[in-house]
Amino acid sequence: MLRLEKRPQPSQVWTYTTPLLAVAITMVVGGILFAALGKDPLVAIRTIFWDPMFGQFASYSLPQLLVKAGPLMLIAIGLSFGFRAGVWNIGAEGQYIIGAICGAAVGLAFYPMEARWLIFPLMIIAGFAGGMLWALIPGFLRVRFGTNEILVSLMLVYVAEQLLASMSLGLLRNPEGMGFPGSRNLSQITSSQNLELISGTGMHWGVVFAFIAVIFAYIALSRHMFGFNVRLAGQSPKAAAFSGVNPKRLVLICMGLSGALAGAAGLFEVAGPSGQVSIDFNVGYGFTAIIVAFLGRLHPVGILLAALLMALTYIGGEIAQLTLGLPGAAIQLFQGMLLFFLLAVDVLTNYRIVLAKSEAA
Amino acid sequence: MRETLLELDGLTKAYPGVVANSDVSFQIGKGEVHALLGENGAGKSTLVKTIYGLVKPDSGTMTLEGKPFAPAEPRSARASGIAMVFQHFSLFDALDVAENIALGMENPPAMGDLADRIREVSETYGLPLDPARIVGDLSAGERQRVEIIRCLLQDPKLLIMDEPTSVLTPQEVEILFETLRLLSSEGTAILYISHKLEEIRALCESATILRLGKVVGTCDPRETSAREMAEMMVGSTLHTPEREAKDPGEVVLSIKSLSAPAPHRFGTALKDISIDVRAGEVLGIGGVAGNGQDELVAALSGEMRTGAGMVSLDGQSIGHLMPNARRALGLCAAPEERNGHAAAPDMSLTENATLTGTVRMGLTKNGFVQWHKARSFAEDVIKAFDVRTPGPENAARSLSGGNLQKFVIGREIMQKPRVFVVNQPTWGVDASAAAAIRQALLDLAADGAAVVVISQDLDELMEISDRFAALNGGALSAPRPAQGLTVEEIGLMLGGAHDMEVAHVEA
Amino acid sequence: MDFSSINPILLLASLMVASTPILLAAIGELVVERAGVLNLGVEGMMITGAVCGFVVAYHSGSPWLGFVCAALGGAGLSLLFAVLTQLLLSNQVATGLALTLFGLGLSALIGQGYNGIKAPNFPDWDIPLLGDIPVIGPIVFQHDPMVYVGLLIVAAVWAFLKYSRAGLILRAVGENHDAAHALGYNVIVIRFLAIAFGGACAGLGGAYISLVRVPQWTEGMTAGAGWIALAIVVFASWKPGRLLLGAYLFGGVTVLQLNLQAAGLAIPVEYLSMSPYLATIIVLVIMSAGRAPGSLGKIFHASR
Repeated sequence: MLRLEKRPQPSQVWTYTTPLLAVAITMVVGGILFAALGKDPLVAIRTIFWDPMFGQFASYSLPQLLVKAGPLMLIAIGLSFGFRAGVWNIGAEGQYIIGAICGAAVGLAFYPMEARWLIFPLMIIAGFAGGMLWALIPGFLRVRFGTNEILVSLMLVYVAEQLLASMSLGLLRNPEGMGFPGSRNLSQITSSQNLELISGTGMHWGVVFAFIAVIFAYIALSRHMFGFNVRLAGQSPKAAAFSGVNPKRLVLICMGLSGALAGAAGLFEVAGPSGQVSIDFNVGYGFTAIIVAFLGRLHPVGILLAALLMALTYIGGEIAQLTLGLPGAAIQLFQGMLLFFLLAVDVLTNYRIVLAKSEAA
Repeated sequence: MRETLLELDGLTKAYPGVVANSDVSFQIGKGEVHALLGENGAGKSTLVKTIYGLVKPDSGTMTLEGKPFAPAEPRSARASGIAMVFQHFSLFDALDVAENIALGMENPPAMGDLADRIREVSETYGLPLDPARIVGDLSAGERQRVEIIRCLLQDPKLLIMDEPTSVLTPQEVEILFETLRLLSSEGTAILYISHKLEEIRALCESATILRLGKVVGTCDPRETSAREMAEMMVGSTLHTPEREAKDPGEVVLSIKSLSAPAPHRFGTALKDISIDVRAGEVLGIGGVAGNGQDELVAALSGEMRTGAGMVSLDGQSIGHLMPNARRALGLCAAPEERNGHAAAPDMSLTENATLTGTVRMGLTKNGFVQWHKARSFAEDVIKAFDVRTPGPENAARSLSGGNLQKFVIGREIMQKPRVFVVNQPTWGVDASAAAAIRQALLDLAADGAAVVVISQDLDELMEISDRFAALNGGALSAPRPAQGLTVEEIGLMLGGAHDMEVAHVEA
Repeated sequence: MDFSSINPILLLASLMVASTPILLAAIGELVVERAGVLNLGVEGMMITGAVCGFVVAYHSGSPWLGFVCAALGGAGLSLLFAVLTQLLLSNQVATGLALTLFGLGLSALIGQGYNGIKAPNFPDWDIPLLGDIPVIGPIVFQHDPMVYVGLLIVAAVWAFLKYSRAGLILRAVGENHDAAHALGYNVIVIRFLAIAFGGACAGLGGAYISLVRVPQWTEGMTAGAGWIALAIVVFASWKPGRLLLGAYLFGGVTVLQLNLQAAGLAIPVEYLSMSPYLATIIVLVIMSAGRAPGSLGKIFHASR
């Protein structure tokens, strides 16, 4: 009979190997799934994980890697602080939308002014602020009334989606769009566009901010008291209170920070790759970022790698959809499985599996 | 000699890295009150869990009334007539007394009938209890009664009691002993687990002493001195702390009309506490668990904020300050619960040193932690307080209870506080480590700090305190010099027997 | 705008229908949480139930068989959660989220090719005599059978928790799993059963949406109903009676805003569509005072 036995301290080795193990298991089970769908599993796996980087369309898909990984990274970094501290903001999708709406609104308000040096920074600030304020709603309600932030932040995703619909049909609709929903295309307006900085890389301002966020997060977590307090509050709330951490302030900071980064991700997306505020603007980055955060072990470098991996499955999934006719939902399922298997093998970091002698009574 | 009820023969149980029980054999007679004596970690808990069916032995056998006895689970142990009152009560706060009792029974009667039987049994044995009350609202003594009545309703042949008196006042202890003697006279055997020697001498007729999992002796406690038993238990002669006579200095910590609401539903409100503590003095605060100890420590450490003037240090109001501001002024504290309150179990000792050491030890610079300094601080604590660990990079949870306690106390003492507040400094710590901790507290006071020791161990308080006060229902009694206090006087200060008459006092 | 098009009797009748899916999902989650487990995967189990129910009902022509398979599908998915959280000791919040993401993907995959097809008819149940009572009859006694099944489950759960020994044990496990273990109760088995029950109920709730309420299959059609069910459990302070109230309150807001939309109120549709979610937030703010089961969301590992 197998039995779990708690390790005296978390295993270093397994901390790093469990994500790899989870990816491996997901590939195997995913392969079985693809086979069940009537696709050659090896071809499917190669199409998803190999072709985007080295296949015939690599010149198109490689830049996409950073374009997709950027927002995932930015959002996941923000979430990781809260998740470490036991503050569960799972409404990043909503904050992403609001950040995009606020940033776009600022850009459109100045249209057709051409002062990019003024307008673009203002848009970025508006993106940060919009996401932050949206996330502070559940934060404030938790601190003030003890309301569950998981549920409130999630409800606010649906509210944000309705706001998005309302904005693209009403306030922000392109007056020259002949009645079609959606705003002016920000990526075609010089003062507000967020274009590729180095052509052929996919690197835009959002990706730059994402890398900066990774570096800051790394320093904060490993060297700064703020990071120490975040870890402490998450592992042992009572010890944190004894140490002198103000739990309410920590909740607000974590919510605000994650919201701000999600909002910024939304702004960079709306001004760049997506281009306009439209009903189907959001594509679930806010939720996928949760997977990214966990897969990256809530560690900045891990998140960087996990975001790239997840971006790969997005792009590879699209290619597989085109070339193999693999349904889009299969990729969504694949990503869900990845998180599942990670959580399952995670047990190895804190527990040891021992073969217990059969205990006959 | 009594007729044998339960015989243990060669019980052995090993866990990875520890042998909890090694070849343990002894007998318990019908109606006998049998003591199981040993330090923390001697293997007492494992042994009783084996009898109760929670642990299966690696080898060895048990015989109950002449028949082989190997309970696969507590249910079958209960069916065979074994009942157990746990050290940490296995009660359900949100459920009422009757529901709690029903959960511990195999075939409980309908709820109405059960309530009647509870009243009946509680009257017979002098343990008043209302079946409809919510358990979370009961005092520690009352909670224990729930456990005992739960056991008694099943007419047990053997009642196991694991450290039952640690939460009781002296008067409540006396009432409990009356109940146990009554049970014994009716033929119920009692296996009484404790490390309190005087209690065992007052109650038990035979004793088995465990050390490091082995039986190291048996005796008749009525005819053996406490010191002899203690030395069998510890395996060496004991070192008692030294204290020098000294003149109290000026007032350092001043508490004035400290009142605070209960921080959570099952907490205790602090009621108008006033006391001054002087430099060089050890103030001992006794009291039964749950009478405001945690709340008082929180109000002093800064974890709970109160009116500014309610607490002052060297004349400066600090009641409104956060913990780190208080540490900066010289007030350090160590709460009772080591794992998860005084220390973060999953963090390394270096990180745990950072938990309270940043301000006074200068471990940060512009908000950045200087890990090399934190590490050397942790190493200093480990060295000075003889903490047994391979090094400061190990997680707090990998340390034994006693070692972690030494680390926690050492971490505060090494910061040279002006005032040190500590709750239960030696709870669950082996005797030699406990003596070292007490000595460290006395040394700290001798160096001119004001020390407040909150404890439920009266012997400990009598040993190290200059003055003694008691917490009862969130209020603090007037302090009295510790020297010359009698057990009765302390008992009265602790609030008598709560809602029972004090008339039973005999000791 | 024409408020006269809103018929109060019809409004109240559709309220009972609108609240049934969340009522079903919430009563299941209530049992799970009373056992001390926080399963945030309700949304994922609901949508899985919705697609399983739809596909089976479509092929078999029997909505009843659809409901049974929806319950099995929801329970099956919940067992994944049970294995992870109870045997592999994973974090319940993260695992619940994973379950939702997984369920959304799985349902989209299964439901491919079923978009826009109408579900087989599930006729209302005309209760003789009772259904003929004026006003009350059409409101309460002229619905499809699942409405009454939902109410029956709520009543059964209420009686189970209050009066049965098994219910007492379940509450004890949720309150203090260590103490329950010490008394010899098998915490893990009890929680597995509770989780499976919760999954089955969520599956039924999801199938009610795809078979009765809409009735067809679209991706992501539960649209947060699972999360609202979770909120209602908090609102209800973990008590079945108040759960009913919460579900009806929510159903009321939903039906009212739909009626206002139809009546052409001068507020944009999007703002009316937000109202159920905003109402949920407001309710959560007002009702955060209840006492949660003591062991809720904590990991149980029987050590020595």
